[in-house]
Amino acid sequence: MLQEYDLIIVGGGHAGCEAAAAAANMGSSVLLVTMNMGTIAQMSCNPAMGGVAKGQIVREIDALGGYSGIITDESMIQFRMLNKSKGPAMWSPRAQCDRLRFAELWRLKLEATPNVDFWQDMVSELIIEKEEVKGVVTGMGVKIKSKSVIITAGTFMNGIIHLGEKNISGGRSSEPASTGITEQLNSFGFESGRMKTGTPPRVDGRSLDYSKMEEQPGDENPEKFSYTDTKPLTKQRSCYITYTNQETHDVLKTGFEKSPMFTGRIKGIGPRYCPSIEDKIERFSERDRHQIFVEPEGWNTIEIYVNGFSTSLPEEVQIEAMRKMKGFEKVKMFRPGYAIEYDYFPPMQLNMSLETKGIKNLYFAGQINGTTGYEEAGSQGLMAGINAHLKNNGQEPFILKRSEAYIGVLIDDLINKGTDEPYRMFTSRAEYRLLLRQDNADLRLSPKGHKLGLIDDIRLKNVEYKNSETNNLIKYCKTTSISPDEINSTLEKNETNKITQKRKIFDLVTRPQLSFRDIINSKPSLEKYLSNLGIFRPQIEEQAEILMKYEGYIAKEHENVEKLDRLENLLLSNDMSYETITALSSEAREKLNLVKPRTIGQASRISGVSPADISVLMVHLGR
Amino acid sequence: MTNFFDDSSICALATPPGVSAIAVIRISGTKAIHICNSVFSGRDLTQVASHSIHYGNIEDKDTIIDDVLVSVFKGPNSYTGENSIEISCHGSTYVQQRVMQLLIDKGARAATAGEFTKRAFLNGKLDLSQAEAVGDLISSDSANTHAAAINQMKGGYSAEINELRTKLIEFASLMELELDFSEEDVEFADRTQFKELLSLIGGRLTELVDSFAHGNVMKNGIAVVIAGRPNVGKSTLLNLLLKEDKAIISDIQGTTRDVIEDKINIKGIDFRFIDTAGIRETEDKLESIGIGKAYEQLQKSAITVYLFDASEVTAEDVQNDLDNIAKEIGKPTDNVILLGNKADLASNEQKSQFEALGSPLFISAKNNEGIEQLTNQLISMVDQGKVSESATIVTNNRHYDLLSRASIAIDQVRLGLDNNTQTDLLAIDIRSSLDALGEITGEITTDDLLENIFSKFCIGK
Repeated sequence: MLQEYDLIIVGGGHAGCEAAAAAANMGSSVLLVTMNMGTIAQMSCNPAMGGVAKGQIVREIDALGGYSGIITDESMIQFRMLNKSKGPAMWSPRAQCDRLRFAELWRLKLEATPNVDFWQDMVSELIIEKEEVKGVVTGMGVKIKSKSVIITAGTFMNGIIHLGEKNISGGRSSEPASTGITEQLNSFGFESGRMKTGTPPRVDGRSLDYSKMEEQPGDENPEKFSYTDTKPLTKQRSCYITYTNQETHDVLKTGFEKSPMFTGRIKGIGPRYCPSIEDKIERFSERDRHQIFVEPEGWNTIEIYVNGFSTSLPEEVQIEAMRKMKGFEKVKMFRPGYAIEYDYFPPMQLNMSLETKGIKNLYFAGQINGTTGYEEAGSQGLMAGINAHLKNNGQEPFILKRSEAYIGVLIDDLINKGTDEPYRMFTSRAEYRLLLRQDNADLRLSPKGHKLGLIDDIRLKNVEYKNSETNNLIKYCKTTSISPDEINSTLEKNETNKITQKRKIFDLVTRPQLSFRDIINSKPSLEKYLSNLGIFRPQIEEQAEILMKYEGYIAKEHENVEKLDRLENLLLSNDMSYETITALSSEAREKLNLVKPRTIGQASRISGVSPADISVLMVHLGR
Repeated sequence: MTNFFDDSSICALATPPGVSAIAVIRISGTKAIHICNSVFSGRDLTQVASHSIHYGNIEDKDTIIDDVLVSVFKGPNSYTGENSIEISCHGSTYVQQRVMQLLIDKGARAATAGEFTKRAFLNGKLDLSQAEAVGDLISSDSANTHAAAINQMKGGYSAEINELRTKLIEFASLMELELDFSEEDVEFADRTQFKELLSLIGGRLTELVDSFAHGNVMKNGIAVVIAGRPNVGKSTLLNLLLKEDKAIISDIQGTTRDVIEDKINIKGIDFRFIDTAGIRETEDKLESIGIGKAYEQLQKSAITVYLFDASEVTAEDVQNDLDNIAKEIGKPTDNVILLGNKADLASNEQKSQFEALGSPLFISAKNNEGIEQLTNQLISMVDQGKVSESATIVTNNRHYDLLSRASIAIDQVRLGLDNNTQTDLLAIDIRSSLDALGEITGEITTDDLLENIFSKFCIGK
């Protein structure tokens, strides 16, 4: 009935959408199969993109030609650059989005992407021949053939929703769960597990008293996510902050005996960094209050997301407890929070390309791999989409290194360390965080995106221009002097030592007390130089300032990366027989056999493989 | 993280450790010649021909440490295939140690076991059949290194390094908390406390680094444990060996409740003799603690001297005792010297029945007879390569290297704090110091920080 596709994507969430867009834009014929065309790119949890480390990932997706950044820019209602008081590696963009618009824009974007077809149905079975996937069978019994399949099932596989003592089969509030795939894959020897996550109640904004809460406005000069010509916001909506209190806690405790968490009905492992409110009270009983972010769900809707109040306590306890918070005295609830358990497949069963080791041309992306978060999911979808296309066309997989992108860190962690709680990105997971900044994602990744065919020539030219002009500007600052007359009053004002003779501009930029702007304002010829840079001036100026100010640290990180890269370039063959290398520890032999690392560098990051084991491996490689 | 494939220059003692006429220290790596040249007064080694020998002094600033011969080999025509240097210096332990430390200060790194051979192999200097042997060497070394190193650290040093590291992890976690969870409603520790903690850690690291020069941190020498039933004369033997009264001697069984040890140099080799509590079944709590410690020592010993009263027990008793010890320490008792004491009180028949156990030695500790047989036996075990002292020197220098690195990184953090450097940059230096300390204790940092944050702070919305 349906044609044979290059790629079928099962699931239309953040991972599925990015996968579909990437593969289609590279030239694959793509079929997106979703259980509900109305919920494509649904923000199941909070209506926000980005945040610390996650914002960097969105920038990376954008730099590689993915759509998450563009959609976020076009649907956001508030923008904040987090961590602005910290160093540039920590600056993290975060946006509050209009939930309905976000999903609509994604759907329209995919509809406008040539090569993407849609089919609304549940995939209940994979067509597998000789350990190779050949297509899918849907709940309606339709067989669709394809060269490869990406599963991005989110929380839907055997999903169970918990709310107080009730538990209902479901993949999301009021949506059915999907069945069949886990059992089929188990029969092929795949290991699966259960994870748990939760979401807070949504309430009626008209019933809240904002005058009793702290306002949290967006940035005065909002930036944006995409490196393309999307427009920054001209008006924004504010969020608000309120707090739980002892009374709230007391009410919540009345529901503990009916809590699916505490009574042991939930078996799946939840994320420790995203605890439910009952968990927070139980584990940190010494704290008399917890912060709650009151976030609007869109420009026009009155629906409000109660961030920080994730819970699976009975609904009457939820509303009663919220009413004890300042500003929530008369709150009306639209829908209660709930916890959800779902199947995932421990990600050590994947190759670095996100293809499964067990079945050829089958890929997993998103929560099915044990991750959490739209950004984490989107980036995996993008990578799986790219790699499915590349493999179908006989090309080498596209793999990002830990030193190149947070996406690289994410996938490397998943494949080599696995995860037993929902994996979220943190900057501290990256060893080269100073290199993986949000401001240079385009410099890091767009040339790669261009090679893949996901970034057009104009974008590449712009990136090259930004890069070369940044270098020129640094050279200019290293060779151009500034005199005491020009700068001393500025130095005095910023409480840093005056200079007695001419100094290079660069020497002054490195002073922590001074910003580049301070110096530009004191040096008209520098201002004139910069004014010739056109619309990219702000980016070039920022880039050059960061590179000059942190030159020493950045050079040190680059040096470490180079050393590590030599390990990354030592390839290990797939049919290496680790059992025969007796000098390896038995744990290392077992883990190496399981993971089958591609490089010595990858092997060194597998838990249970010691430095001594790596030395042994290197010796066996014979240089 | 550990660097497996670096160009850093490595140095190690190439001759057997201990006092000898001449010792050879090898350096290999791109900068080997440069590093040696920076401590060598004589010809400019960077300008000399390959495969040439030069006379001169090794100097620490203005202090002459030794006059030496330096052989220069330029890569690829050297054992490792890299630039290599061999320094022939005088063979006192002090000189060896000082030269090694100087080279480390100048940028060399103490080599790990098998590293010279590994480099030779990786540079195509050895054939593939040797790979297996090198692999085994590396893996057997690493299994023992940390245990050996911890064992060698005096008193509370290992515990102290661990404690410093734990404090640093706390500190680093607070930094990471600030970075990754700045939006959260958690309190961040104030900078003044940070500074105090760092000054404490920094000060202690400096002390440790300095004390290496005086040999105060590491125990050198081959560990020889003296074990046996109570009152067979272990303490008397130890005192005889040390020629001074260190152990408490009495005729009451179970006097030695603690572990007593001291160092003695026999024919240029350092031995560490360790006296232990007599092993027997006991209800006395204090005594069983002593016996427990005796087993611990036996587990870590290089050589065991099992002392028995030749005038009282049978060969079967001794065999039973040995089997029992093997069971308690969970491994066979290797390198055991069976020593029958009170030979003056034992008849010839009594002595001859012990021949079944191998060839035991007989002494009379009280009359100072037969001690030389024992020391000869110890030396011959070293000569036969059954035990070696080299691990001590390797770990010793490695620790010096790592502690110095940690100390430098901590200084960077302190400097950064004074200059109000941003937290993410400070974190880089904190991580380097954690890595260095972790390499000493054998612990790895990776997820420690996040684990610590999740367990201590209420994070997440």
